[in-house]
Amino acid sequence: MRPVDGVRGLLRTWIRPGAVTAAQGLLIALLSLSTHVALFVLSLVSLLLIPVFGVGFALFPVATALVRLCAGLHRRLARWGGVEMATPYLPAPAGAQFGTWRRFRWVVSDPATWRDLSWLLPGAVTGAVCLAAFVLPLYGLEGVLGVPLVLHLTVDFYGYGPFWPIHNLVEALLCFPLGVLFLVGGLAAGRWLVWLHLAFARFFLPPTRTAELALRVHQLTVTRAETVDAQAAELRRIERDLHDGAQARIVALSMSIGLAEQLLGDDPEAVRRLLAEARETSGQALAELRGLVRGIHPPVLAERGLAGAVRALALAVPLPVAVTVDLPGRPAAPVESAAYFAVAEGLANVSKHSGASRAWIELGHADGRLTIVVGDDGRGGADPAAGGGLTGMGRRLAAFDGTMVVTSPAGGPTVISMELPCELSSPRISPSSGTG
Amino acid sequence: MRVVIAEDLALLRDGLIRILEAFGCQVVAAVDNGPSVLPALIAHRPDVAVLDVRLPPTFTDEGLQAAIRARTEIPGLPILVLSQHVEQLYARELLSDRLGGVGYLLKDRVSHVDQFVDAVRRVAAGGTVMDPEVVAQLLASRSGAGPLDELTPREREVLGLMAEGRSNAAVAARLFVTEKAVNKHINNIFSKLRMPPSTDDNRRVLAVLAYLHGEDGRRPRTPA
Repeated sequence: MRPVDGVRGLLRTWIRPGAVTAAQGLLIALLSLSTHVALFVLSLVSLLLIPVFGVGFALFPVATALVRLCAGLHRRLARWGGVEMATPYLPAPAGAQFGTWRRFRWVVSDPATWRDLSWLLPGAVTGAVCLAAFVLPLYGLEGVLGVPLVLHLTVDFYGYGPFWPIHNLVEALLCFPLGVLFLVGGLAAGRWLVWLHLAFARFFLPPTRTAELALRVHQLTVTRAETVDAQAAELRRIERDLHDGAQARIVALSMSIGLAEQLLGDDPEAVRRLLAEARETSGQALAELRGLVRGIHPPVLAERGLAGAVRALALAVPLPVAVTVDLPGRPAAPVESAAYFAVAEGLANVSKHSGASRAWIELGHADGRLTIVVGDDGRGGADPAAGGGLTGMGRRLAAFDGTMVVTSPAGGPTVISMELPCELSSPRISPSSGTG
Repeated sequence: MRVVIAEDLALLRDGLIRILEAFGCQVVAAVDNGPSVLPALIAHRPDVAVLDVRLPPTFTDEGLQAAIRARTEIPGLPILVLSQHVEQLYARELLSDRLGGVGYLLKDRVSHVDQFVDAVRRVAAGGTVMDPEVVAQLLASRSGAGPLDELTPREREVLGLMAEGRSNAAVAARLFVTEKAVNKHINNIFSKLRMPPSTDDNRRVLAVLAYLHGEDGRRPRTPA
């Protein structure tokens, strides 16, 4: 083993986690000591002030907002320490500004408010103890590094551990193993203390089972409403397209044929003209219906499944698109359709906005999730919050509990990663031409 | 001319039979499902087969699959594929054996009866017939940067008609110019696209389609 590897190994296994634990301990302790008691008192006072001209009604939501900020920071620290805690708060109803009755009712009726509040004081105790996770290793470090340095200068005015002041060389040298003991023991104990604090917080800060369900219900309500809206809009669009397009053309068609029937005996030349016109009109009606069908459920998707349909999409884009498909089976039809339109939208963005010279699509399946990546080497700067096609894509996927992450730094590349929970049906050998 | 037809909708099947027989073809078999296509083709060895892409029992692309399998069993068997919609992907698969005798048309085109029958005859004679919509898709997906953009609008028009599988005479008639002018355009196109010139009509069409499919090696579809 080279010495560099040794140092690196030491860094990875000891020093870095140790430093992280110490920093966590310090942050937790500072946060707990500085805010918990004050927030608890503020909340209590605002509750007591409720009978007094409604001051409490306005104040309590403010206090709660601060408590939530503090609890949120602890949740984040917990995540840093590898303990996952979801946010438990019910979403604010519309029009719940500070100072309104609605706001007060929302805050008071959320059990998470009271759970946060009851955690503040005990959490302050466990948090304060975490200071040891920082102080003990620091003291150990002093023993290891500081004492020999001071020793070098003088004796009799500086002390360490039980030796105060240090009288002689033997005592000074004994400081070193003592420091190591503090350092190692402090780090080990610190890790345990931080864990204890977070484990204790887990009784209070994450959502209860009931709250989890309530949040899920809320999320489902929102996505269902969006889906229903989108579907209704889609149906309206189809109705309008049919009404103004194919339907109108077929009316014209039957008029031409009827007229031709009338003229059959008298004016064969006019009949010929009318029939030619009728054929023209029927062609246009068919073309319109084809376009409409493509927008509802593309035939190639029905015929070839997602893999084939995505290859067909890739062919239609005026730049080279590498398609990689690794699907051992077929997703359910609605998921296929959502995934197809997501890829189509992604590719449309690539060819319209990116200025890319090449793009790539990856389809895969892992851990019960369909993963889709659409990437390009264009100029980047795609913004899913801008309200364009990307926003619609996110909404479409949300109806399936899917997620979309867009990374698009200025200068590119743009990579859109999507995930859709789904099971695959039994494997099917798809005719594969390798690339698209 | 002996023809095998595969079409599941009775109305369309009867229409096709009526049209083809009116123009002197003999429909030796008309099947209405995917699995019976290949046996019918092998049993009758027709001069040309007219197949619908989507057939029972799965209503996916068994007509196309049958066409591709039939051409591995009987290389060069002339097949005209009809569909409600056209896909570059399918055109590419049909053309991949580069033997000619392949057609791919929208069902709408059947309404231009004489043109449709002409297409059937050209395919039977080993020619290649592509729907204008396929060609438009191909041209659109290869626009942008590249030698295709060096073509004049007229040359693009000629290239499009060539890709549809039309002969020089047909191109000339369509554009109201002389065959000599068409020849000149074609020579320009081939030199601009840096393709080897060819006098054989059918081989030239296949070369143009291969170029449009990006199989010329200059524009790889699969980056390493």
